[in-house]
Amino acid sequence: MAIVTIDGRKTEAPLGTTIMEAAREINIHIPSLCSNEELNPYGACRICMVEITQGSRTRMVASCIYEVADGLEVKTSSERVLKVRRLVIELLLARNPNHPALTKIARGLGIENTSFPIDFKGCILCGQCVRTCQEVVGALAIGFESRGNTRKVTTPFGESSPDCIACGACAFICPVQVIFMEEKDGMRKIWDTEFPLQKCNKCGQYFAPKKQLEYFRKIANLPEDHFDTCIGCR
Amino acid sequence: MKKIKSPQELKRLQDQIQNSRDPEKPCITICAGTGCLAYGTQKLIDSIKAEIKKQKLDKKVDIRTSGCHGFCERGPLIVIHPQKIFYQQVKLDDVAEIIQETIINGKTIDRLFYTDSASGNKIIHEDEVPFYRKQMRIIFGMNGQIDPASIEDYLAIGGYSALGKVLGGMKPEAVIEEIKEANLRGRGGGGFPTGRKWESTKNAKGDLKYIICNADEGDPGAYMDRSLLEGNPHSILEGMIIGAYAIGSSEGYIYVRNEYPLAVNNITIAIKTAREMGLLGKKILGSNFNFDIKINRGGGAFVCGESSALFASIEGRVGEPRAKYVHATDRGLYDRPTCLNNVETWANVPLIINKGAKWYQGIGTENSKGTKIFSLVGKINNTGLVEVPMGITLKEIIYEIGGGIPGGRKFKAVQTGGPSGGCIPEKLLEMPVDFDELAKIGSMMGSGGMIVMDDRNCMVDVAKYFLKFLEGESCGKCTPCREGVLQMRLILDRITEGKGEEKDLGRLEEMGQAIIDGSLCALGGTAPNPVLSTLKYFRDEYEAHIRDKKCPAGVCKSLITYSIDKEACTGCRACARACPSDAIAGEKKEPHTIDLIKCIKCGACLESCKFDAIIIT
Repeated sequence: MAIVTIDGRKTEAPLGTTIMEAAREINIHIPSLCSNEELNPYGACRICMVEITQGSRTRMVASCIYEVADGLEVKTSSERVLKVRRLVIELLLARNPNHPALTKIARGLGIENTSFPIDFKGCILCGQCVRTCQEVVGALAIGFESRGNTRKVTTPFGESSPDCIACGACAFICPVQVIFMEEKDGMRKIWDTEFPLQKCNKCGQYFAPKKQLEYFRKIANLPEDHFDTCIGCR
Repeated sequence: MKKIKSPQELKRLQDQIQNSRDPEKPCITICAGTGCLAYGTQKLIDSIKAEIKKQKLDKKVDIRTSGCHGFCERGPLIVIHPQKIFYQQVKLDDVAEIIQETIINGKTIDRLFYTDSASGNKIIHEDEVPFYRKQMRIIFGMNGQIDPASIEDYLAIGGYSALGKVLGGMKPEAVIEEIKEANLRGRGGGGFPTGRKWESTKNAKGDLKYIICNADEGDPGAYMDRSLLEGNPHSILEGMIIGAYAIGSSEGYIYVRNEYPLAVNNITIAIKTAREMGLLGKKILGSNFNFDIKINRGGGAFVCGESSALFASIEGRVGEPRAKYVHATDRGLYDRPTCLNNVETWANVPLIINKGAKWYQGIGTENSKGTKIFSLVGKINNTGLVEVPMGITLKEIIYEIGGGIPGGRKFKAVQTGGPSGGCIPEKLLEMPVDFDELAKIGSMMGSGGMIVMDDRNCMVDVAKYFLKFLEGESCGKCTPCREGVLQMRLILDRITEGKGEEKDLGRLEEMGQAIIDGSLCALGGTAPNPVLSTLKYFRDEYEAHIRDKKCPAGVCKSLITYSIDKEACTGCRACARACPSDAIAGEKKEPHTIDLIKCIKCGACLESCKFDAIIIT
């Protein structure tokens, strides 16, 4: 266990806990956009930056990655922290000015609108979709293309990905809902590709992409007909 | 070649090579660094070899193609030993005369000597050239003495003696102590104490530990690591082997840019020959110490010089940094303890072991020991690589070694530390150059880039240039660097177009600090430095752009107009011929005029005019 002081409050947290988790335990909320407890720490959005002091050294760290240590002092809303957060949210608003996930954080920081010219991209490049596809689903169907401010999430070469199983986890996890997914006439469309859905042999409803069910069946080594019936009808 | 089985055998071999060489035998050393090769030195080498053969001097004269000598401004360079006659800007047509006059008749050729611009004197010997005289070339000086492809040449100047000394009875702890006592600091930019890094890696838990040489040099205008790898690859290998022994590592990597083909080639040869001679591989010099090195060629992303991105790249992943809250010395490459040092840092190691920490401590300032190699470029008379003791002043480097500013123009600033560094104004030129002093004034040592600027450089434009570079090199992972640097650059765009506002300057400073505080790695963490340092020292230039809508240096196209001074113009038509947009009219011997609608403000007229008749307002 480590004893840490967060915004003047002493608390005890097991070693290996991140500052963000330790703060949450004592109801101190640190905003985040790229962190997700189902995914490995990433530390890219930088909205969760905090100021830490250890001995004589004070510095800024990402609270979603930095782990607690005995004697650590954390400030989650010092002026230095707020300056970084305000900049980050304004920069992200320039990519996506109206999404509630961003405007809510902005308002909490006293920001109504971004002062930067808006260049609407929608995606805030938090990488949750890419990491979910890789770490949770294991399909590795999408990734980042290019670098710097031309970076974007895409399938390899922007073409139909043979690895995509149309599970839709990327669309589900996206905090700003910019991954397009649609179901119509027995087909699911995602990443510009149409995938046929499986019809339940009992109720006749389409319930999941065939490719996804096949993927699960193989991983779990299930019989051929295992997914012929939807969960509701079993 | 035969494997060397013990440090004693190594010593015997060195002595044997040294004894077999006649120091009085004439030797023509030709600089074949990348700079000189670009001048066409390969043809010169071929021609010298052919001429020597023709004159039947093969047995009497040695020819050595060496690495970079540093004085790139004056290439192609030739040094004739044993007299050390220094010929510069040598042309193909000079070859026959050099062989006939200097080699056969023992006479020198005045025309090929360097002329000291200050005194007007012709200088005969290499070490008397002012460019070299003030330098302290303990690392880089070896380049001129060896053929980088010849391990024998390296052994002949005492190469691998340090390794022999270490394996001949020094404990790993003693090696680390020596490096710590010498207070060697990392030459790649951070200036972290090398000995401490070694010690941490040694003490880290794990059987397999890695040693890496960071040769991902990427600062615009910087090429000192390149020239070391090209010119003296064995010194880097020797440093790495000693480091591996001290740390307890068995595998090493050299991460080098693929854009450095000669460096890759020379280091590949060096590794192969070192392996053949038992200096790399299993049971090095007959001991129980095993260590080998692989070369990893980088794809050219600037960010891959950052340690965690470099590891990702070696591992075959996209070169993106990750948060470094666990040190690489504990979990680096493949999550194993890793010691990453820069090319120049490794090259310092054999020297410290050979001459001792006490000797090394005698060079430099209190907290920055030894020498540093800088690439001196920009508006400077003597462009090239210079190695100077820490603590030398910027003024000495720029005026005494660099020979001042060309065309008698006025010095304005020197940019150190590459894109992450800062611009230093004239009033700070007396400042000693070391890690801490440079950091104090908002710049940094960096890997050793030094770009000199004169009164025709606009500091807002310079800051914009560096931001644009980093904007393109940002990996795009974290928000402040990816989006923040772009937005800062857009503000600078507006300022240089005359659309800046008073409040922009405060905004730039505020954003700069937040980007430094918020970025994931050192690329973003230092990206605002060029803007912040120019705002600090050249604020008046920013203000002129914003308030008066003027660019005092006459660079920013939206804010300047070209015209011709009727009094000074002789009507020579040179500018009219140079103008690509046909904007200059006027009869011969009559003053010309510029059509402002056609003028694209390219500056071709300015460069072509010999009478200073082109005016920028």
